[in-house]
Amino acid sequence: MSAEPFASAPYVVGESARPVTVPHIPAQELPAQELPAEESLCPVVSHDWVNDEYKHLVVEASPKALTVTPGQFFNLLCPSPDVGELFFRRPQSVYRIDRERGQIEFLYKCVGRGTRGLATLEKGDELNMVGPLGVGFRLDPAWRQIVVLGRGVGIATLGPISQAAREGHVGVTAILSARNPDFVMADGFFREAGDVVSVLDTDGTSAVENVERILQSLIVQRLADAFFTCGSNRLFQLMKRLGKAHNIPGQVAMEQVMACGLGPCYVCVRTFEVDGKKELRRVCIDGPVFDMQEAVGW
Amino acid sequence: MVDMSVKIGAVTLKNPIMPASGCFSTDLAQVMDLNRLGALVAKTVSREFRTGNPPPRAAEVEGGMINSIGLPTKGIDYFLQHQVPDYKRFTPPLVGSISATTIEDFEAMARDVAKSAIDVLEVNISCPTRDPKGGNFALHEEHTYNVVKLIRATTDKPMWVKLSPNAGDVVAVAKAAERAGADALVVSNTILGLKINTDTFRPAIGNKFGGLSGPGIKPIIVRMVYQCAKAVKIPIIGCGGIVKVEDVVEYMLAGATAVMIGYLTFRNPTGMVAIIDGLEQWCAKRGFARVADLTGAMIDEAPMETFAAAAAPIG
Ligand SMILES: Cc1cc2nc3c(=O)[nH]c(=O)nc-3n(C[C@H](O)[C@H](O)[C@H](O)COP(=O)(O)OP(=O)(O)OC[C@H]3O[C@@H](n4cnc5c(N)ncnc54)[C@H](O)[C@@H]3O)c2cc1C
Ligand SMILES: Cc1cc2nc3c(=O)[nH]c(=O)nc-3n(C[C@H](O)[C@H](O)[C@H](O)COP(=O)(O)O)c2cc1C
Ligand code: FES
Repeated sequence: MSAEPFASAPYVVGESARPVTVPHIPAQELPAQELPAEESLCPVVSHDWVNDEYKHLVVEASPKALTVTPGQFFNLLCPSPDVGELFFRRPQSVYRIDRERGQIEFLYKCVGRGTRGLATLEKGDELNMVGPLGVGFRLDPAWRQIVVLGRGVGIATLGPISQAAREGHVGVTAILSARNPDFVMADGFFREAGDVVSVLDTDGTSAVENVERILQSLIVQRLADAFFTCGSNRLFQLMKRLGKAHNIPGQVAMEQVMACGLGPCYVCVRTFEVDGKKELRRVCIDGPVFDMQEAVGW
Repeated sequence: MVDMSVKIGAVTLKNPIMPASGCFSTDLAQVMDLNRLGALVAKTVSREFRTGNPPPRAAEVEGGMINSIGLPTKGIDYFLQHQVPDYKRFTPPLVGSISATTIEDFEAMARDVAKSAIDVLEVNISCPTRDPKGGNFALHEEHTYNVVKLIRATTDKPMWVKLSPNAGDVVAVAKAAERAGADALVVSNTILGLKINTDTFRPAIGNKFGGLSGPGIKPIIVRMVYQCAKAVKIPIIGCGGIVKVEDVVEYMLAGATAVMIGYLTFRNPTGMVAIIDGLEQWCAKRGFARVADLTGAMIDEAPMETFAAAAAPIG
């Protein structure tokens, strides 16, 4: 396995900084193997454009990275796309977990410096990832049919839970919302897991009212034991409302700008409401997956 | 074998590497063995629950980051009942950090927190994003003196006072803290800054102004450590922009006895452990039997080339 755990701090600003290598840590002080997350260097297996904004990245993952569960994320050290440096990692949830081949896949949208830098990685390069991090999706054994509703690149985050549902013989209906057919990535992948409904901006089918009609009909057909969503506040609000009205449990994967990704810094907070009382929770460690009825939105 | 221990007044640390307040919690046990650290430093706590500032709370800048977390805290009761026992699962000494907006409340906080199992009281009088009307006592020498003096009278716990690089005369503030009875100084907190989003023309973070941290601030803080070390006798803990072994060496040469690390953990979560190991190797390679011998070992004279250049006629 070439993705060895990586214990150094190879911070590089200019040339004076050399990687700090750790040849020897006394055995009794070695970090316990059961630490849930680690910093690892993962070779890039493939990295292709899916459309003109989204890229699909496959890496060879360390054994610990492979323990990732649906909805969890990695905090990635992206190469800089320009003469400056990047000072934060960028969180990306896993899009697909291939334990047999020892690979983890990401599907991401290029939006700014970090993701543009990430896009420069080529096959054979190494990606420094910290993870797996956060609380992922949960599947209740009582659920026989779930509905996943994703918008844009939020669809990526819903991949692994659909995969897990299929493996657990749970029926999946995936509603994938996007600007146009080019941006309905991976509908083939979701089709393996269950039924796929694509809704688009180009033909108006992505309108909230239409998605509501689709959800209502799934509820009537008893195909909605639980809701899962990611990527759109409007669709989240819709699912939350229907979930509340019909007593359907739901989970939402949320995003927020992060610094540490591990819990200490309180940069990544969002508002939640429990029994009428508002509170702040950290997306990186209390989430990124939260109870739909407790989340306020974004 | 290098002796990595350092003494800060009555407190002995097994190595000089500590996390910086607000950049550390037991959540880091997800990725590292916390028992490797010289000390554990808790997030600053205030008496009452505080939500902190609105998001976004941090943004990247060239040279580091700017943050306006705004000291969110579950309050002192939660800290004493839950967080202190949680930290005490680990072996390194525990540094508890407190903040308040009045000197009376600071005194009361110090009394309550010092009674707990913490080993050191860190007095954070320097949070730049704290309500501008109060709490940032470290901007002024007499405010610093008054608050530190009052706290000193309430507790014998080792007391470290965290200074602000935003003070006009940091050395005067350092001397005031020493006179008032501080056992050590932490130099320092973040530098007040502003980042503007050029797409939206709005501030990049929710609180408008934020504290600058990371490698970009290091030369400024190293200079302050040097100046403070020349002016006071109590130990100094250097804090600001450490990302590699040589940065720790620099702080110690400037006069620091130990250091605190914030930003690096965000970039490399296990970076502090790598620096502990790397520092030991560095000392061994350079023939230092004790890391403590680095403290204040800077040679003040300019590099030899300066004399050589001055001596050599140009042209
Ligand atoms: C848990 C989690 C999982 C994520 N999973 C995916 C994923 O699977 N695929 C994907 O394409 N994106 C995902 N994101 C969003 C991704 O992290 C951001 O798009 C990325 O950090 C932007 O970095 P940048 O430097 O390219 O853009 P920047 O120049 O930093 O910002 C561009 C825009 O993105 C916003 N942004 C910046 N950082 C974040 C952030 N951490 N979260 C949300 N918005 C941000 C900014 O506010 C700005 O509007 C995830 C975010 C989180 C928190
Ligand atoms: C996100 C964040 C939160 C912080 N919170 C606190 C805090 O609660 N109390 C405090 O004394 N300093 C706080 N600081 C300041 C750090 O302890 C430290 O002084 C500063 O970041 C400089 O060190 P660095 O450059 O290594 O990060 C915080 C810094 C950051 C970046
Ligand atoms: S990013 Fe630091 S607590 Fe979530």
